Amino acid sequence: MTGANTFSVSGYGPERSSLSRMLARDSLARRLDWPILLSALALSFMGAILVYSATRNRTEINQGDQYYFLIRHLMNTGIGFCLMMGTVWLGHRTLRTAVPILYGLSVFLILMVLTPLGATVNGAHAWIVFGGGFSLQPSEFVKITIILGMAMLLAARVDAGDKLYPDHRTVLQALGLAAVPMMIVMLMPDLGSVMVMVIIVLGVLLASGASNRWIFGLLGTGALGAVLIWQLGVLDEYQINRFAAFANPELDPSGVGYNTNQARIAIGSGGLTGTGLFHGSQTTGQFVPEQQTDFVFTVAGEELGFVGAGLIIVLLGVVLWRACRIARETTELYGTIVAAGIIAWFAFQAFENIGMTLGIMPVAGLPLPFVSYGGSSMFAVWVAVGLLQSIRVQRPMSA
Amino acid sequence: MTNIPETGRTPRVQIRLVVIQILVLSLLGTLGGRLWYLQIREGDAYAKEASGNHVQQVVQPAVRGSILDARGVPIADNETRLVVSASRTDLLKMKDDGAAVLTKLAGVLGMQPKEVKDKVRLCDAKTPQPCWNGSPYQPIPITDEATARQALQIRERSEDFPGITAEPAAVRRYAGPGGSNTAQVLGYLSPVTDDEITKARDTDSPYLRSDQVGRSGLEREYDKELRGKAGVTRYEVDNLGRVIGTAESDPAQSGSNLVTSIDARVQRVAEYELNDAMKKAREDFDDNTGENYKADAGAVVVMEAKTGRVVAMASNPTYDPNAWVGGISAKDYARLTGKNSNYPLLNRAIQGQAAPGSIFKAVSTAAAVDAGYPFDGHYDCSSSYSIGGQVFKNYESKGYGPISLGRAIEVSCDTVFYRLAHQEWAKDGGLRPKKTAKNWFYTTAHKFGLGAVTGIDLPNEVSGRIPDRKWKQEYWKANKDSWCKYGKKGGSYAQQIAYENCLEGNLMRAGDSVNYSIGQGDILVTPIQMATIYSAISNGGTLYDPTVGKAIISADGKAVQQIKPKSHGRLPIDRATLKDMNAAFEGVVTRGSAAWRFGGWPQDKIPMHAKTGTAEVYGRQTTSWFATYTKDYTIVMTISQGGTGSGASGPAVRKIYEALYGVSPDGKIDNRKALLPTPQKSLPKIESDGSIDAPKIKPYVPPKVDEEQTLALASGQLPPATVASAGTGTNRAHRRRGRSRRGPQSRRRTDS
Repeated sequence: MTGANTFSVSGYGPERSSLSRMLARDSLARRLDWPILLSALALSFMGAILVYSATRNRTEINQGDQYYFLIRHLMNTGIGFCLMMGTVWLGHRTLRTAVPILYGLSVFLILMVLTPLGATVNGAHAWIVFGGGFSLQPSEFVKITIILGMAMLLAARVDAGDKLYPDHRTVLQALGLAAVPMMIVMLMPDLGSVMVMVIIVLGVLLASGASNRWIFGLLGTGALGAVLIWQLGVLDEYQINRFAAFANPELDPSGVGYNTNQARIAIGSGGLTGTGLFHGSQTTGQFVPEQQTDFVFTVAGEELGFVGAGLIIVLLGVVLWRACRIARETTELYGTIVAAGIIAWFAFQAFENIGMTLGIMPVAGLPLPFVSYGGSSMFAVWVAVGLLQSIRVQRPMSA
Repeated sequence: MTNIPETGRTPRVQIRLVVIQILVLSLLGTLGGRLWYLQIREGDAYAKEASGNHVQQVVQPAVRGSILDARGVPIADNETRLVVSASRTDLLKMKDDGAAVLTKLAGVLGMQPKEVKDKVRLCDAKTPQPCWNGSPYQPIPITDEATARQALQIRERSEDFPGITAEPAAVRRYAGPGGSNTAQVLGYLSPVTDDEITKARDTDSPYLRSDQVGRSGLEREYDKELRGKAGVTRYEVDNLGRVIGTAESDPAQSGSNLVTSIDARVQRVAEYELNDAMKKAREDFDDNTGENYKADAGAVVVMEAKTGRVVAMASNPTYDPNAWVGGISAKDYARLTGKNSNYPLLNRAIQGQAAPGSIFKAVSTAAAVDAGYPFDGHYDCSSSYSIGGQVFKNYESKGYGPISLGRAIEVSCDTVFYRLAHQEWAKDGGLRPKKTAKNWFYTTAHKFGLGAVTGIDLPNEVSGRIPDRKWKQEYWKANKDSWCKYGKKGGSYAQQIAYENCLEGNLMRAGDSVNYSIGQGDILVTPIQMATIYSAISNGGTLYDPTVGKAIISADGKAVQQIKPKSHGRLPIDRATLKDMNAAFEGVVTRGSAAWRFGGWPQDKIPMHAKTGTAEVYGRQTTSWFATYTKDYTIVMTISQGGTGSGASGPAVRKIYEALYGVSPDGKIDNRKALLPTPQKSLPKIESDGSIDAPKIKPYVPPKVDEEQTLALASGQLPPATVASAGTGTNRAHRRRGRSRRGPQSRRRTDS
């Protein structure tokens, strides 16, 4: 250990030139987690190309401009990058104090969806549409505020050194905090997002060191709830159909099973190196629905083959691997919990999204982080990257 | 430095973080494994499925070749019709499955909405016609009779009619030039069945879903040549079926044209006169049954005697072949095939079989000569002939004393042949035939080609039958059980017959042989067989396979494949006997049984030969047969339940000859009026573009007699000075064709 200034970000050290400050061992740039940043950027740019390939011929949605989606995806990436930088600049600790406000805001937004301002896209009433082609999917941001809110509650007394683990009361409070927005999202109904949130809650509880009873209790309740939902017919017809078609697409090859089947054909026909960018017949022929959003992975599978699709999985792996390291290396429980929540979120969403295109998971309307077209999702995942960076930057330098 | 661990966290959290990390990595590993399975292991299968996804075949049907008459006049060709079709794929994308569009379309086409919707539904086991049994990807024709106005309405408002097209398309048309029909000879088309597609898949001429297949007549016999080869364009399409690229295409090859030996004008005359003769027969009273003749069916064959080519072939009752075009309606189908229809689809010239009666005496005479009886010998033509108490009477119980075989033909004396047949039967061993039995009357009939198909180039010809000893044995074996069951000694006439058949139906009885010698009893022949035989007698003894097809000419006119006449044997008669027989058949016309029908015929210029036949059939009225020939033509006519040979068929056959040779009823020959004084030898002229020249045709005007004579006199024509018969043909006899009211066709269309 070098000395007392280990905790400082800047200001305590001697005067240095801006260049050497940037290259200095304790500079912000040096402290950023570059593998995560580069992987996330690579995924976003791959996404831009794949989205472009999927939409350049879809005149019915791209308004006659083949670059419509490409440009917007790149813009979203840019905005997301800025949001990340902003998050790092503010620091997760600063944000910690703002959590109640952010949480309240996000809950307010999802409530707005239930008002006449809300809009239905692909069977999920999960959108707020503003004028001028702008729309927002607030459930994406709720994922973040749930993570931050729960982390704040669960870590408060542990980080203060009062306790080793969060007590039952705190856990209960944290669960209540997560349950409120989840109920609202459930009402939309946006089941995919609810599933992600359940996994996030699980990840958060695991990382918080909450008692095993909570973990298994939650798992048991989840299983029981699933059975009840199935039995009581809470789900809409289309949701059940989606599920059934995943299990057996041949049951309804022209209906719900069509998506899964065509997605599987697209990926399968890619082979080792794919058909080449813009040469995928499944993609050019628009056989896969929602190919620029939920089924964007099929474009990679068909046109870039095992090599390209595998690269996406590897890049996601790098992000998750580094995130796990961040979670383990930070000294504050707050940071650990936030990182673990993000890991659970990214990992599950990626697994569910890619899994459904590969036919091993039921079809749910979840975007592939960084790659799928969609502003809200893009902003949310970049903010999450910002949180991860901030946790890494603000932890003490290891010796 | 402090004592707390550097990370500041408890082991529990630390362990759990490792668990999370392992879990995350195993999830990603699962994805990678599944990706490898789909893309590398199963990749080829999916690639195949993907390519099937994107290639859509669009079939351009080949234009079916025309069927032309001997001079090039199209008797079956194609016309351009405006076909309105609906694309099922497009309709199903609409919210109401296209119901609104179809209803609107029905309004434009003047059809019932239900009618239109029914046409678009797919056929299955439970769906009755109308329904579509082709590929659901192929546009489904709703009507092929759209007017230009309707087509324009649909096209100009294409946004109102998504998925609906109005395109010109080639549709089969049976033109009926000059009022001819030729229905049974032409045959008809109907859509290919699943079975046929499966069977023909690996042959050199596979079917396409949209194909029409010849089901009978020339359309079936020459189906492969006429059909051509459909063009297939394979497009790469997107999920909505929109074309995103052309994969490959085979252009359509039009079918070849078939030139036949049919002369549409002669065909018209034959059809008209056959129908007219049947109508007149129905006005005649039959003394035997006590009611008018039914004349329920008939056939006539006009054949080139020297080649066996068929110049005209008519079968009655008949139908309009255009009824099949664009799918036959249930009502029409019932009318053509139902129990009460009298089966107009049958071509009775090759599929109608009956006992020939006295026209069989040509065979019996040859058999007698073969058996050693001299042609000019003296044979007793008594008024009756009895065998063991059973009396066989001569026709109208007339006796002529001892006469030659030639004279026996002329006056159609039965007893001469009874006697000869009986002698031969006895010589062969009677009921118990010797091993050396010659069976002259039967072997000669086989050598004449009876009891076997002639080999005409039309499908489903029947063979008739010669009831020889072998046949009797087999027939008895097959039927004795039912005979023995039904038969009863001393019962009704039918029971008595069955009883006798049960006992000795396997034996050739004297009476069988005697009856057979004059073409009665179990013998069956077809008109085409008799035409072939009488042609052979005319041409010096060659039995030609009758042919209708004359040449197959490729669509571009470059490849011409002639269909040469083939022979299936020679008559078992020497030249001298043939000459004698010819003289006898001429005698029939000049002084024999047909003389009263040929008064005033220019016999010196156009020597006419004939034999009349009146066959008796148990329980039915007599069958009229009339077999005639000149040096160039053979005409055989038969009318079931029509009366006597010369009585019912005589005038009609004469009128066909008059039309062929340009003979007026008073016997004057006018070559300008002659339709075909000598057979058409050359093929029609083929233009450099492959089209075939066709002369214009004037409709047939039957010669006027009786009441209309006065009119003819007034207009300065010579009055016909021949036999007058009651009533003349009226225009009611002209069969009207639903879709061929276009008059004579002069040029065939090569495409559309």
